Amino acid sequence: MANVMEIYQLLPKTNCKECGKSTCMAFAVDLLARKVKVDDCIPLVNEEKYKDNYEKLSEIIAPVGDVTETGLIVHDDKCIGCGNCVVACPVNVANDPQGAGSGKAPTSDKVIFKVEDGVVKARNVEECRRFGENKILCVACIDTCPTKAIEFV
Amino acid sequence: MTEYYVCPGCALLCDDIEVEIEDGKVTKVNSACRKGVARMKGCSDPMECTVDDEKTDVDAAITKAADILREAKDPLIFGHGNSSSQAQQLSIDIAKRTGAYLDDTSSFCQGPIIEAILQDKLKTCTLDDIRHKADVIVFWGADPSNSHPRHLSRYSYFPRGNERQRGWEEDRTAIAIDIRKSDTAEICGQSNFYRIPMAADAEFMEALVSALSGKVPKTSFDFDKKKILQLANVLKKAKFGVICVGLGLVYSLDELEPLFILMDKLNEVSSFHLLPMVGQYNMRGFNQNLFDKTGYINRVKFDGEDNSVKHGADFSVIESLRNRSVDAALIIGSDPLSSLPLSVARYLAEIPLITIDPCRNLTATKSTVTIPCALSGVEAGGTAMRMDGVEVELKKVIDTDNLTDEEILRRIKEAI
Ligand code: SF4
Repeated sequence: MANVMEIYQLLPKTNCKECGKSTCMAFAVDLLARKVKVDDCIPLVNEEKYKDNYEKLSEIIAPVGDVTETGLIVHDDKCIGCGNCVVACPVNVANDPQGAGSGKAPTSDKVIFKVEDGVVKARNVEECRRFGENKILCVACIDTCPTKAIEFV
Repeated sequence: MTEYYVCPGCALLCDDIEVEIEDGKVTKVNSACRKGVARMKGCSDPMECTVDDEKTDVDAAITKAADILREAKDPLIFGHGNSSSQAQQLSIDIAKRTGAYLDDTSSFCQGPIIEAILQDKLKTCTLDDIRHKADVIVFWGADPSNSHPRHLSRYSYFPRGNERQRGWEEDRTAIAIDIRKSDTAEICGQSNFYRIPMAADAEFMEALVSALSGKVPKTSFDFDKKKILQLANVLKKAKFGVICVGLGLVYSLDELEPLFILMDKLNEVSSFHLLPMVGQYNMRGFNQNLFDKTGYINRVKFDGEDNSVKHGADFSVIESLRNRSVDAALIIGSDPLSSLPLSVARYLAEIPLITIDPCRNLTATKSTVTIPCALSGVEAGGTAMRMDGVEVELKKVIDTDNLTDEEILRRIKEAI
């Protein structure tokens, strides 16, 4: 997973403000949170000397279709559908102990993760323990993923 | 009620698969891993029915196949890992009748382990036992995250079970012993990963036995003794332990003796079981079926006259091809030209060759006769045996015009 410093290192570091942010560092922070896109950094896109960095950065910040409200992203290309997250997610276990919690296909509509066509899909994200009033920093799905396909931004 | 199907993608035979069908095709597969989805959606390049590279109908192809097998003195019949038990039985019958060499992929995979299990030399258990009871799970030379993607989530690590209610963090310890940090080792975590040099498995086992006996565990590669003692301690405390044996371990052991000694020791101090990480969905079924009929699990040669059977390395697919002792071959659901060393497999292209498979493969392109069959587990039902020896009934999902491999083999048998 990328971190802010890694992203910052790939930016022009000129603080030119063309992106509307006051510094390249601020841009890096927002980029990590997917609040801005790589292409919002105009010099990076236009200037030949940044070409390599632009490509690297675009790779790190893989374009994501939908970032869910909790900031959860599943990278479809990396997911192998093993279902570890489906079974490990404590919310899945609580809402579907006999199905997902026992290693089998989910039998409840209230699960957060479900494997469809070989790739895990997130739903009911409002149930995620990282969300809402009593949020905690749960990492069950991230830690159990063999391919690092799940990310929170 | 949701209708669940069985995935023939690997020997886990996951039985909780949902499918969506449109126009007689599988369009969506839920709950299966990526590997299973690819298998269940069918082949991208179906095989055609041919004799001497000319398209023909299935009756003509079956007649020609029967001719080849009848005329051969020492035919080879090989494959079987992707066929139902019913088809495998017919294959054994044909081998008997034609005095054939008969072998399957276990011959260079999990064969020795399965043989030892069937001969009661190794204590084993079912995947369900593992889910309900196992607290210490060792992946030795095995990387199920790639070979059997749902192994950890369905059975061995993450699910709750009757005696494992609190989940993996508190109730289970997963350990990886491997020559490289595999994806599975990554999940086990650094403290539970034991990286050993190539082909050092036997020596590591010996050291582990020493540690379990309260002796200092020495290795020629200077493995951290404290770490081995730590491991021994975890294994000793196991209430229900499992060693999942992968191909990495099988290939590294010249003989199984060190494994027997380790298992004996482990069962002196705690309770340990062994699970062979079988790849193809019904390889274990073939071993069982042949064992029931002959007392051997693979590598046999029937005598066409008196029905006696010989067994040994000389009758394996590899040796019979290397020694050029076969004069025709029938390959079912396998692609030896891509999976065997070319120096050995090349000989196949020189003899009359019959391939039965749903999809086109390299072996098919060199075959005298190719007969497309229904994709087992998707276009045909039948019985199969999971890696743990439990029988599972495959369910047909969609129709096809192709005959099943069982039907093709029955007709070949009749024609002979
Ligand atoms: S783990 Fe094996 S049986 Fe289960 S869905 Fe994947 S390929 Fe199919």
